[in-house]
Amino acid sequence: MKILVAIKRVIDANVKVRVKADNTGVETANVKMSMNPFCEIAVEEAVRLKEQGVASEVIVVSIGNQQCQESLRTALALGADRAILVKTDDAVEPLAVAKVLKTLVDKEQPEMVLLGKQSIDGDNNQTGQMLGALLGWGQGTFASKVEVADGKAQVTREIDGGLQTLDVKLPAIITTDLRLNEPRFASLPNIMKAKRKPLEELAIADLGVDVAPRTETLKVENPPARKEGIKVETVAELVDKLKNEAKVI
Amino acid sequence: MATLIIAEHNNSELQPATFNTIAAAKHLDGDTVVLVAGHDCKSVADEAAKAEGVDKVLLAEAEHYAHLLAEDLDKLVVEQAESFTHILAPATTFGKNIAPRIAALLDVQQISDIIAIESDDTFKRPVYAGNAIATVKSTDAKKVITVRATAFDALSHEGGSASVESIGTTEHGALVDYVGEELTESERPELTSAKVIVSGGRGMGNGENFAMLEQLADKLGAAVGASRAAVDAGFVPNDYQVGQTGKIVAPELYIAVGISGAIQHLAGMKDSKVIVAINKDEEAPIFQVADYGLVADLFKVVPELIEAL
Ligand SMILES: Cc1cc2nc3c(=O)[nH]c(=O)nc-3n(C[C@H](O)[C@H](O)[C@H](O)COP(=O)(O)OP(=O)(O)OC[C@H]3O[C@@H](n4cnc5c(N)ncnc54)[C@H](O)[C@@H]3O)c2cc1C
Ligand SMILES: Cc1cc2nc3c(=O)[nH]c(=O)nc-3n(C[C@H](O)[C@H](O)[C@H](O)COP(=O)(O)OP(=O)(O)OC[C@H]3O[C@@H](n4cnc5c(N)ncnc54)[C@H](O)[C@@H]3O)c2cc1C
Repeated sequence: MKILVAIKRVIDANVKVRVKADNTGVETANVKMSMNPFCEIAVEEAVRLKEQGVASEVIVVSIGNQQCQESLRTALALGADRAILVKTDDAVEPLAVAKVLKTLVDKEQPEMVLLGKQSIDGDNNQTGQMLGALLGWGQGTFASKVEVADGKAQVTREIDGGLQTLDVKLPAIITTDLRLNEPRFASLPNIMKAKRKPLEELAIADLGVDVAPRTETLKVENPPARKEGIKVETVAELVDKLKNEAKVI
Repeated sequence: MATLIIAEHNNSELQPATFNTIAAAKHLDGDTVVLVAGHDCKSVADEAAKAEGVDKVLLAEAEHYAHLLAEDLDKLVVEQAESFTHILAPATTFGKNIAPRIAALLDVQQISDIIAIESDDTFKRPVYAGNAIATVKSTDAKKVITVRATAFDALSHEGGSASVESIGTTEHGALVDYVGEELTESERPELTSAKVIVSGGRGMGNGENFAMLEQLADKLGAAVGASRAAVDAGFVPNDYQVGQTGKIVAPELYIAVGISGAIQHLAGMKDSKVIVAINKDEEAPIFQVADYGLVADLFKVVPELIEAL
C-alpha cells in the first residue's frame, strides 16, 4: 500500500519565540526552522511500515513556501520515496490544508495518510481529523502504536484517561503522538541519495481548491507575565509561605 | 443565536471539562443547549439539565455511540447544526478528536483551544506553546470552537432545570471498531481539575521514586503529574504528561519536582496560581516561573516536606 505523509515546516522547538513589537505576529527573520517534530514521527512510522513490507511507497507532501523543500529533502533522506511541494507564500489554515491534501489523496490513492497530531506553531490539532471527515475515512488520532493487518490499522491512542485501542478500517488517517516511535537521524549517504529522489512542485492555485482564509489574526501579544518569585532556604520556610503567605495549603 | 455544546461523558456522568465549556458559552448571546450522545446515558442528560446555565438538553442514545467515536458523532452533530451559530467542545482529547471533523463537514475553519471570548466572532487563543496569544476573528457563518477548560471557571452543577429532549440518531458508519481501553485507575483527583498537583520530572530517576510524590500528593489531596521526559522514560503512564502536547493544568498549587522547566512543559502549567519548584540546579528555567523556589536535592527535601505537612 501507498502511504502519504503530510509534513509542516515550523519554527524549531528549541527556539524561544518572540512576539513582534507591532503585535502582527512572531519574529521569523533569521529564526531556525525545522520539520514539525510530530511530522518527523509520522515520516519515521511510514518508513518503518515500508521496512516491514507493509507499505510499498512513502510519499511526503508539504504545503508552503520554497524553503519547505528542505524539510521534504530531510524526509527523503529519512527514507521517503518521493516528495510533493504544493507552493504558496501565504499562511494556509488547517481546513485549506485538508482540502489540498484531499486532492492529492484523490490522485495518489494512498491507503493511509499519516500526519502529526499538531504542529508546534499553530497548535491547532485539526488537519488530520478534517481530512478524515472530507474523505469519509476513519481516524486513529494521537497514536502511540500502529499495527496494520487484514485491511485495518489497529491503533493505540493516547487519551486523557490513559490508552484507547481502535480498529480503523483502511484507508485511514493516523495522527502521531510523541511515543509512537523515536525518529532516526539521516545518515550522510542517505542525505546524498535524497538529492536525487523525485520532488514534484505544484502551484496551489492549480489545484482548484478554495484556500481563502476564514479567520483574521487581529493581534498577537505576549502572554501575561508572572510576578517575580523568591527562593526559600528550607522546607520549613516553604511550608510557612504556602500556609501563611500564599494560603494554598 | 444559540450555542450547542458537545458533552464529554462516560455514559454515567459528565467529564468536568464539559462544565467549563458551558461557562464559556455564557459569554455568547443566545441559548445554551447541551448534546448528550451515548448509550444508556439518560442519567448524564439529567445531570446536564441540572447544571447552571443550560437552557436545554438534547439526548441521542444508540449502542454505537457508547464510546463517543468521532466517526459516528460527527454526523449526528452536523444534523443538528442548522439551529446553532456556535458549536463548542472541550479542548480535551475527546473534543480535539471530534470537533475538526464537524468543522470540515460544515466547511468551517475551527478555532482551537480558546482562552477568552471577545465577541461572538472574536476569540483569544495561545499559539507557539503559549509564548504568544493570538486574537482571532472568524468570518465563517458558523463557529466551531474547542475551549481550554482552565480558562473558564465552571458554574454550579446544581440549580438548573432545563428540559431534556430525545432526538433521532444516525447510523453506525462502521469506519472504526472499538477494541478496548486501559484507563489509569486512581483514587486521586483528576489532573485537569485538581486543586493541587505534584509533578515529577527526569530528576526523579525512576518510576519507583514516584512513590515519594504519591505520598506527598496524599498529604495534600493532590493529583500527580509529570514532564514528558518522565513519561518517555517509562516512569509513569502517558496520561500524566503536563505540557504543550499533554494536559493543560492551572491548579491553585503546582509543585514541580526535578523538572527543568522547558518551554513545552511551562506551556501546560504556567497559569497555575502558585508554583513551587524543587530543583538542585539553581539555573533551571523552572525557577523563572516559580513563586517559591527551593534549590536542593529532591531526595532530601521531599521526605522532609512529607514529614512537615
Ligand atoms: C500567530 C499566528 C497567526 C497566524 N495568522 C494566520 C492568518 O491570519 N491566516 C492564516 O491563514 N493562517 C494564519 N496562521 C497560520 C495558521 O494558523 C496555521 O499555521 C495553519 O492554520 C496550520 O495549522 P497547524 O499547522 O496548527 O495545523 P495542525 O492541525 O496542528 O497540523 C497537524 C498536522 O497537519 C499537517 N499539516 C499542517 N499544515 C501543513 C502544511 N502546510 N503542509 C503539510 N502538512 C501540514 C502536518 O502533518 C501537521 O503535523 C497563523 C499562525 C500563527 C501561529
Ligand atoms: C514536540 C515536543 C513536544 C513536547 N511536549 C512536552 C510536553 O507536553 N510536556 C513536557 O513536559 N515536555 C514536553 N517536551 C519536552 C521538553 O522539551 C523537555 O525535554 C522536557 O520537559 C524535560 O523534562 P524534565 O524537566 O523532566 O527533564 P530535564 O530537562 O532533564 O530536567 C531534569 C531536572 O531535574 C533536576 N534534577 C535532577 N536530579 C535532581 C535531584 N536529585 N534533586 C533535584 N533536582 C534534580 C535537574 O537539575 C534538571 O533541571 C516536548 C518536546 C518537543 C520537542
